[in-house]
Amino acid sequence: MPVTAEILFVLPELALLAFACLVLLCDVFSKSPNKLLTYLLAQVSLAVVMVLVIYLYPDERVALFNQHFILDPLSAVLKITVCAASIVVFLYSYHYFRQRDLLQGEYFVLGLFAVLGMLVMVSAYSMLTVYLGLELMSLSLYAMVAMNKESGTASEAAMKYFVLGALASGLLLYGISILYGVTGTIILPELAAHLGSPVDNRTVFLFGLVFVVVGIAFKLGAAPFHSWLPDVYEGSPTAVTLFLATAPKVAAFAMAIRLLIDGLQPLHVDWQGMLIVLSLLSMAVGNIIAISQSNIKRMLAYSAIAHAGFLILGILPGLQADQGSTYAGALFYVIAYVIMSMGAFGFIILAGRKGHEADNLDDYKGLADASPWFALIMLLFMFSLAGVPPFLGFWAKWYVIKEVVAIGHIWLAVLAVVFSVIGVYYYLRVVKLMYFDRVETAPEIGADTQVRVLISLNGLAILALGFAPGELIRICTAVLGF
Amino acid sequence: MSSMFQSPPLLSLLIWAPILGGIFVLLVGDRQREASKLFSLVVSSLIFLLSTLLYFRFDTTSVLMQFVEYSVWIDTFNINYHLGVDGISVPLILLTTFTTVLVMIACWVVIETRLSQYLAAFLILEGLMIGVFVSLDAILFYFFWEAMLIPMFLIIGVWGGPGRIYATIKFFLYTFLGSVFMLVALLYLYSKMGSFYIFDLYRLPLSLAEQKWIFIAFLLAFAVKIPMWPVHTWLPDAHVEAPTGGSVILAAILLKMGGYGFIRFSLPITPDAGAAMAGFMIVLSLIAIVYIGFVALAQQDMKKLIAYSSVSHMGFVTLGFFIVFSIMEQAGANADAVMGLAGAMMQMVSHGLISAALFLCVGVMYDRVHSRQIADYGGVANTMPVFASFMMLFAMANAGLPGTSGFVGEFLVILSSFRANAWIAVIAATVLILGAAYTLWMYKRVIFGDVANEKVAGLQDVSLRETSFLLLLAVAVLLLGLWPAPLFELMETTLIHLVEHISQSKIN
Repeated sequence: MPVTAEILFVLPELALLAFACLVLLCDVFSKSPNKLLTYLLAQVSLAVVMVLVIYLYPDERVALFNQHFILDPLSAVLKITVCAASIVVFLYSYHYFRQRDLLQGEYFVLGLFAVLGMLVMVSAYSMLTVYLGLELMSLSLYAMVAMNKESGTASEAAMKYFVLGALASGLLLYGISILYGVTGTIILPELAAHLGSPVDNRTVFLFGLVFVVVGIAFKLGAAPFHSWLPDVYEGSPTAVTLFLATAPKVAAFAMAIRLLIDGLQPLHVDWQGMLIVLSLLSMAVGNIIAISQSNIKRMLAYSAIAHAGFLILGILPGLQADQGSTYAGALFYVIAYVIMSMGAFGFIILAGRKGHEADNLDDYKGLADASPWFALIMLLFMFSLAGVPPFLGFWAKWYVIKEVVAIGHIWLAVLAVVFSVIGVYYYLRVVKLMYFDRVETAPEIGADTQVRVLISLNGLAILALGFAPGELIRICTAVLGF
Repeated sequence: MSSMFQSPPLLSLLIWAPILGGIFVLLVGDRQREASKLFSLVVSSLIFLLSTLLYFRFDTTSVLMQFVEYSVWIDTFNINYHLGVDGISVPLILLTTFTTVLVMIACWVVIETRLSQYLAAFLILEGLMIGVFVSLDAILFYFFWEAMLIPMFLIIGVWGGPGRIYATIKFFLYTFLGSVFMLVALLYLYSKMGSFYIFDLYRLPLSLAEQKWIFIAFLLAFAVKIPMWPVHTWLPDAHVEAPTGGSVILAAILLKMGGYGFIRFSLPITPDAGAAMAGFMIVLSLIAIVYIGFVALAQQDMKKLIAYSSVSHMGFVTLGFFIVFSIMEQAGANADAVMGLAGAMMQMVSHGLISAALFLCVGVMYDRVHSRQIADYGGVANTMPVFASFMMLFAMANAGLPGTSGFVGEFLVILSSFRANAWIAVIAATVLILGAAYTLWMYKRVIFGDVANEKVAGLQDVSLRETSFLLLLAVAVLLLGLWPAPLFELMETTLIHLVEHISQSKIN
């Protein structure tokens, strides 16, 4: 295919790049203090990109630019998820920063660049593209965490995130360079072909593999590479936490799929063992430590670690010779998790206002008396995250466990469900605070109508998808059929 | 099939009408308190009347599922919205709809805070519980089974007593922990069979080792729910702290779900494991009957006493289920096996009514005196004579007096136990003594004697509202005790078919 024709396929990414520059310019020349133009332009650009992705929805795998870039149904679905999640995040963010007089146009520019990085990661088909996308995303996120210059905790969080993130990137790059050094290729399918033929220097491959897996674990926030996550989630402005907890998870998932399954599938037995350890540790650490948290952002951060464990559990079946792709459960899980954590972190924004961040668990005491509707919505999020039917989170866990049972790892499924029962405790505690505890002065909801409507829709979506998960499941299995 | 002529989908209506009603009440909120109460009562009464259609239109000669509804739910994994009832589920559905009506009457003037949420929780709970009893797809069953925990969790936690938070979290975690193992077992069965249809799972051949593991997974789910000794400890806590309505539903219906699970899943899906582990199950049942009976004797709190009495009586249910395997070792004893199962089913229905009645009685006294301690009462008969006579009937029924429903089930289970082993029957029969001891002793201390204190002296006898629900229950208890035949006719064909099924080995 000539390069000019190939460029058509990366139109969404190119458009986003152009838009990001445009938004930056607009912001420079915009005098308005409420940054409405910058914000709207950013939203429009994400919407346009999403439309372009849908328009270019591929019927088959198309490898572009000498196989550095791939367009397949999986990437399209993930890109749509990333764009949709980012649009919602921007909505919350605009409200959040405006309410606190912290609005800066750069926030949206950085956000758009981060989204661009994610799109590149999702479509990466060579180790170099993966790395480029990852760095573009990460560098934008570091800056976003430090958005509030006045806040000491935010700067601390950004510093931690940057140092540990850079370390993780370094480890990943080290693994990539080893693999490249041995095989002489950075293209993932070529790497797989190389590994597929009998090799005598297997140890070297494993050496490279370990670093790659560590890099992935870092970005997913899996234990024992999770230590940055609670601090960063807690220290960042809640709107940024919301962003960190949603779209980048999708990108990290894509990175894991591309590297491990597209590139290193011949080493499946080896990385499966590593993922089992990571997954069990994450579920244990996340669920147990979350119990002792008093800050809801930290609690949800540990919950995110536990969910990363479940996500890894969904990835580890990989490709089975007799069953084909068995990681559709993980795809479903990541989409479901984005929807749920969007709600849970969004709720913190809803409950807070200027001078009152509502990030302590005790801030939710007696919420059911003050605003029964929003307490009910939070109840949906909590039970959904806990994996109780009839909510979306149940199907996510169900799907992953089903795949794990199908490949014969029953004991792993049993451990996973036991950890998820431990996890139920701290979600129940939030419900307990809202419903069972009574206080003199009930907390009030400080958010504007937009946020109220958005969070309500989010809660109802979780309920609706819990009753009718069929279509989402069908999409997840269909896109992996290529 | 008769279901072809059912133009309105009766079972779906029974599930979703209360749930939608509950959501409606929730949305209206506490603005229209009287109207909400009336609306909830009307909805639950209509649902009860609708559910009696199941009884009147039920074909007792058929072994097939009736009132079947089928539509595809999640086609990727062959999960379907598949409903139907047989002789096992119909009595439990009737019990559910009946007790919900009672709960609605019982809360009328008692619940002050967040009334609409209370009504909504019970209506939604009713729909979910019916869903459990009518699901023919294992995942649909699990969906309702777990979803039901949420309203119950809130009912205990919001409207319960001082220790409600501990009790409700314990309740939730215990039952949730048990259930997730069942989920893994169901997924394993699916990986072998490719279907979640319960009757497909009945046909699936399994090795003994597989059956044992699956049996244990099911056991963890159902033993916690029913509850069996030694995983019963959540029940006394939950019962004591729950509001009266919560205790009623908990005792009358939620415990029965464990029993329903045994008879719907454990027995037919893993019959060989059931046979292999019958001895173990019988021992656990006997421990529950005898040991928990003694524990009940020592209670100072009336609700706790009834809770332990429930555990002891549920021991009879599990005994009836698993004695079947011992009986079937003898050739041609299938009729006795059917009797054992019928006795256990009868015991479930009867205990549902009696425990509901006793909890309501305690509720009546608690609303006046605000104490559940036996020591705070004495001589209640002097001030509440009508109430005392009602409670007398229910206490006698709990003790298994002939003529009440409590007698029939226990008698049948003991009778069939004789067929298996006379010693088991003798040990089980101690419940007749123990049950009488703890129930009547409590009754004596609370109701008879001199008026104990000023509070008792100032008691008002039952109001018209309270009389109405006590009378309804009294009629039901006596009716089933004197004329249990309709209930047996309802179950007979299904149970004979079930015994035939479990007498055949599934080991391939």
